[in-house]
Amino acid sequence: MKLSRRGFLQVAGIAGTAAAGLGASTARASFHTSLDAKGENENAMLVDTTLCAGCRGCEAACAEANGLPAPASDEAVKGARRETAPEVFTVVNAFGPIGHDGDDRFAKRQCMHCLEPACASVCMVRALDKTPTGPVVYHGERCLGCRYCMVACPFEVPKYQYDKLAPLVRKCTFCPSRQAEGKKPACASVCPTGALTFGKRRALIELAKGRIYRNPEKYLHHVYGEHEAGGTDWLYISDVPFEQLGMKAVRDEPYPDKVQGALSAPPFVMTLWPPLLMGLYAFSKRRDALNGNHHEPGGAAAEAKKEDRHG
Amino acid sequence: MASTALTAPARSDWFREKILLGMDLRTYLRSLATPLNALAAVLIGLGFTVLVYRFAAGLASATNLSQAQPWGLWIGFDMMSGIVLAAGGFTLGSAVHLFGMHEYHPIVRPAILTAFLGYVLAVVGLMADLGKPWNFFNMMLTPGSTSALFEVACCVLMYTTVLLLEFLVPVFEWLGWRKVHARLEQAMLALTVLSVVFSTMHQSALGSLFLIAPAKLHPLWYSPYIFIFFFISAICAGISMVIVEGSLTHRIFQHRITGAHADMNKLQLGLGKAGAIVLFAYFFLKLQGVAEGEHWDLLLTGWGAWFLLETVGFVLVPSLLYGYGARYKRVKFVRAGAVLTVIGIVLNRLNVSVIAYNWDKPTHYVPSWMEVSVSIGLVTLGVVAFRWIANRMPIMSEDPNFAGSEF
Ligand code: SF4
Ligand code: SF4
Repeated sequence: MKLSRRGFLQVAGIAGTAAAGLGASTARASFHTSLDAKGENENAMLVDTTLCAGCRGCEAACAEANGLPAPASDEAVKGARRETAPEVFTVVNAFGPIGHDGDDRFAKRQCMHCLEPACASVCMVRALDKTPTGPVVYHGERCLGCRYCMVACPFEVPKYQYDKLAPLVRKCTFCPSRQAEGKKPACASVCPTGALTFGKRRALIELAKGRIYRNPEKYLHHVYGEHEAGGTDWLYISDVPFEQLGMKAVRDEPYPDKVQGALSAPPFVMTLWPPLLMGLYAFSKRRDALNGNHHEPGGAAAEAKKEDRHG
Repeated sequence: MASTALTAPARSDWFREKILLGMDLRTYLRSLATPLNALAAVLIGLGFTVLVYRFAAGLASATNLSQAQPWGLWIGFDMMSGIVLAAGGFTLGSAVHLFGMHEYHPIVRPAILTAFLGYVLAVVGLMADLGKPWNFFNMMLTPGSTSALFEVACCVLMYTTVLLLEFLVPVFEWLGWRKVHARLEQAMLALTVLSVVFSTMHQSALGSLFLIAPAKLHPLWYSPYIFIFFFISAICAGISMVIVEGSLTHRIFQHRITGAHADMNKLQLGLGKAGAIVLFAYFFLKLQGVAEGEHWDLLLTGWGAWFLLETVGFVLVPSLLYGYGARYKRVKFVRAGAVLTVIGIVLNRLNVSVIAYNWDKPTHYVPSWMEVSVSIGLVTLGVVAFRWIANRMPIMSEDPNFAGSEF
C-alpha cells in the first residue's frame, strides 16, 4: 500500500472538518447568560434561615404546583434529616437546638439554579438547560438517562426515577411557568414569615447584605450562593454556620470551567495528530526503504535482524 | 460481490467449510458439547435473561444503584474497563503501521479483534445502564457538546466503526471477496490514523468525565490531570492486554497459526520493555498527582492503603517485573507483569468511577448479583465470539491466498 498525497489530504481534511465543528461548538461552551456576566438580572430567591419557622407550607405548595404527592405529615418527618427525591422537590429540615437562643433552625433544600450549572454542562443531549431568566429546566423527552447530571451536581440535587420504565430526572423547576405569568414560585407565594424573598438577583444580594450590615452581631457575613459554584440563583443568609444547616461547602469556581481545559483539547488533537502520525509513517517508510525492506509477510524475523545490524 | 455469485451454487459446501469447520451439522453440534461450552452457555444465558428482566422491570429491580450512587458496575466495569482493555487495538496498530515496528505485525489482527469486541460489549453495557436508551439519537438533534460524555460517545461510535472496518479485512479474506478487500486495504492507513485520533481523544475523555466532581471523588484519585492519567494508563493497558491475549491465544489457537508466525517470546520481551517504561512514567505521574495536591497525609489513611495497593502493587510492581523480564529475557516475568497491570487498570477504573466516588457517604454501593451476572455474561460472550471468529477467519495469521497484505 502506498501513501498517496491524496490519501493524506483526505485524512487531514476529515480531521480538520471535524475539528472545526468541535471548535465551533466549544466556543459557546460557557453558561454565562446573555443578560450579563454575573446573572444579576436573573430571577432569584433569598432564603433568610433566621426567619424560617419550619411550617413546611412551601413543601405543600411545591407539591401542589408540580403535581407531586402531598408531603408527609409533621409527625412522620420530625427529627429526620430528609433529602429531596423524585417526588419531593423541596424539603425543610430542622437542625437544633443550634441557635444562640437555644432554638432550632430550619433550612429549605432544593435545586440552587446555578448561574453556570454543572448538570446542564455535562448533559450530552441538552436535556437540562439554563434559561436566560434563571430557572434550570429539564426536558424529559430529550433525556437518555445517563445520570451524568447527578454525578456532576455539586449540591446533589437531581434525583432519578429508578423504579420507572421510562425514568426521568427530577428536581425543583423554579416554577418557570408561574414566573412567566409574573407570579412568584409556589413556595415563596405561601411563605408566611417572609423567609423566602423572590426578585432580581442583584436586588436580593443587596437586600441580603443590607440585613447583614444592619445586624452584624446576628448574621454570618456570608451570602451562601453569591459565589458558590460560580454563583447560584438561590441565596441563603443565616446566623449559624451553613455546614450546621446541612449545606455543603462548595468551591467558588464555576464547575463547568473544570472541564474546559480538557475539552478544548480535541480540536488540537484532531488537527495535530494526523499530520504528525503521517510524518512518523513517512519516516518509518523511508527507514524501511533504506533498509531495502518491502514488508514481505514472513519477513518479520529477517527484517528485525536487519534493523539490529543497522542499530 | 461477483465472488458471492461464484460461491452460490456450492452454497451448502460453503456453509460446511466456512461455518461448520468442515464437519457435517451433526458432528459439529456434537463437537460443541463440552463442559466449558456448557458453562459459557449458562453464563451468557443468565446475563441475557437479567438484561431482559432489567428492561421489563426497570433499573431499580435489577441494580443497587441509588440517588447517591448513580453509576455502578455497568459503567465502572462494562464501559470504563471494557474500553480501556481494548486499547491494545490502537497501541499495536499504530506501532506497526505508523511507527514501522513490523515485527509486531503478526499480533495486530487479534488485538484489533479484541478491541472491536471490547467496544461492542462496552456499548451493550452502556445501553443496559441508560434509563432511556432509545433517546440516544437525541445526541444528534440536540448535541450537548460541552459534555465530556458527549465526546466519549462520539469517539466510541466513530472508533467502533473504524475497528469494524479494520476487522473486515480478515472477514473479506475469509469470504474471498478480493475487490472490497483491496479497497479496504487502500484505506487502512487512513483508518489507522483515525483510530489513533479517536481513541486517544476518548481514552482521556473517560478521565475528563470526573473533572466535574472534585468534591465527590476521593482526593487521592481526583486530579485536574486525570485525563492524562487515563491516557497513559490506557497505553499501559493496551500493551499489557496484547501480552496477556498473545499468551492465551497462542496456546489455544496453535493449530490456526500456519506459515510465518511470530516468535511470541521475543515479541513479548519487546513489549515488556515498552511496558516497563510507560508504566513507570504512569507511576511517577500518579505520585506527582499526590504531590501536587499535597495529599501525602492521606496516604496514611485506609483509603491511602487502598491507593497504595493500586499504585504500588499494580503499577510499580508490574513495571519492575516488566523491566526485569525484558532485561534478563525472562518472559514469565513479563507475562506476570502484564496480568498485574491489566488487573490494576481495571481496579483503577473501578476506583475512580465507583469505589472512591462518594467515598465519604455513610452507605456504600455494592453491585447486585444481577449486575454482576450481566457483566460476567458479556465478558463470556466476548471470549466465545473471539474463539468462534478466530477458529474460522484469518486472525492468527493472514490468509495465504492474500499473501502480500500489509495489514
Ligand atoms: S444545583 Fe445542581 S441541579 Fe441545580 S442547577 Fe445547580 S448543578 Fe444543576
Ligand atoms: S440523565 Fe438525562 S438530564 Fe441527566 S445528564 Fe443524562 S441525559 Fe442529561
